[in-house]
Amino acid sequence: MRHRQAIALLALIGFFIALYLWLYKIGAIGELKCGTGACEAVQTSRWAVWFGVPVAFYGVVGYAALFLVALVGVQPAFAMRRAPTLLLTALASGGLLFTLYLTYLEVFVIHAICRWCVGSAVVITVIWVVSMIGLKTWGEGSGEWFDAGVGSSPP
Amino acid sequence: MKPFYALLGLVVVVGGGWLVWASRTTPAPAPAASRLVPAAADGFRGYTLGSEAAPVEVVEYADFQCPHCGEFAVLQLPTIREQLIATGKVRWRLRDFPLGGFPWSRVSALAAQCAGEQGKFWPMADTLFLTQSEWGRSSRNPSGFFRDLARGLGLDRDKYDACVASQRYAGRIEASYQEGIALGVQGTPTFFVNGRLKTDNNASSDRFKQVVDSVIAAQHKR
Repeated sequence: MRHRQAIALLALIGFFIALYLWLYKIGAIGELKCGTGACEAVQTSRWAVWFGVPVAFYGVVGYAALFLVALVGVQPAFAMRRAPTLLLTALASGGLLFTLYLTYLEVFVIHAICRWCVGSAVVITVIWVVSMIGLKTWGEGSGEWFDAGVGSSPP
Repeated sequence: MKPFYALLGLVVVVGGGWLVWASRTTPAPAPAASRLVPAAADGFRGYTLGSEAAPVEVVEYADFQCPHCGEFAVLQLPTIREQLIATGKVRWRLRDFPLGGFPWSRVSALAAQCAGEQGKFWPMADTLFLTQSEWGRSSRNPSGFFRDLARGLGLDRDKYDACVASQRYAGRIEASYQEGIALGVQGTPTFFVNGRLKTDNNASSDRFKQVVDSVIAAQHKR
């Protein structure tokens, strides 16, 4: 239960980072608050668009999906179901792999680091770690009952 | 569960607030050139410095009486000319954006345009900024002062006087101002780097070098 709450919070943070980058990419925001010029080098590179869609938009969708699944997972009706945990782990793993690929591009191909991308990479990495912990500790102890606030304390 | 939802709400408020703030402090970039309003009846789009083949174009909207523009022109532009313009990296385009709050904005812009008619726009622009403290704070019309500057730069005085008297380029200045408004310019100096709006309040030669280098690096990667 706790891990789903943590993921929901982290995903919401990641969602706003991705949304910020996406709004910049579509021209709704004029300049990235970056500190260095590297953000623009990354965001204006040809790798900032994937299959015709800005990469940041994949982030928006991915984080939104993680957030919604985690939010549903903390509801009493789903607290004892394992499916949200499995789905969160799958989404986080996909997001982490995609992020690793993008980080590789930044470091070895574009030769520029976007701080917001690094922020997003940190967020998805932590989400993945939390999701793995959630997966491994699933069913251990009775804490899930208390955390979920469902029913009365087991005897 | 309540602290959890409170934290979610906090993230939404902070994140949403950040996005609103970011969109207001750095408004949307310039529309594509094809959507620009006509700059002037004569198609004039501002005087430029630097190579036509430069990979980066910086468009500066400036007011000759604006202190920030003067400070930028005197303290930062010389380095930019040396490091970015003279090296062929940047083409610099100066557009008029006479602010309503200064009485001599349009008079000074006209003086620069009339000097430009005789091929001395940049020397006049530099001199106007350099001497801004001498005429910018005066309540007297500085036309006579500008006339002396023109003479000092070796301009044909009769031609200059005729140009100023006829307000020959007033329409050009107004068109530049209107184009700036259409592009979202709200103050001066405002810069566009390859069409993207830059509203860096601390515009410096170092900052421009960073941005220009990153844009060029990105172009090389494409």
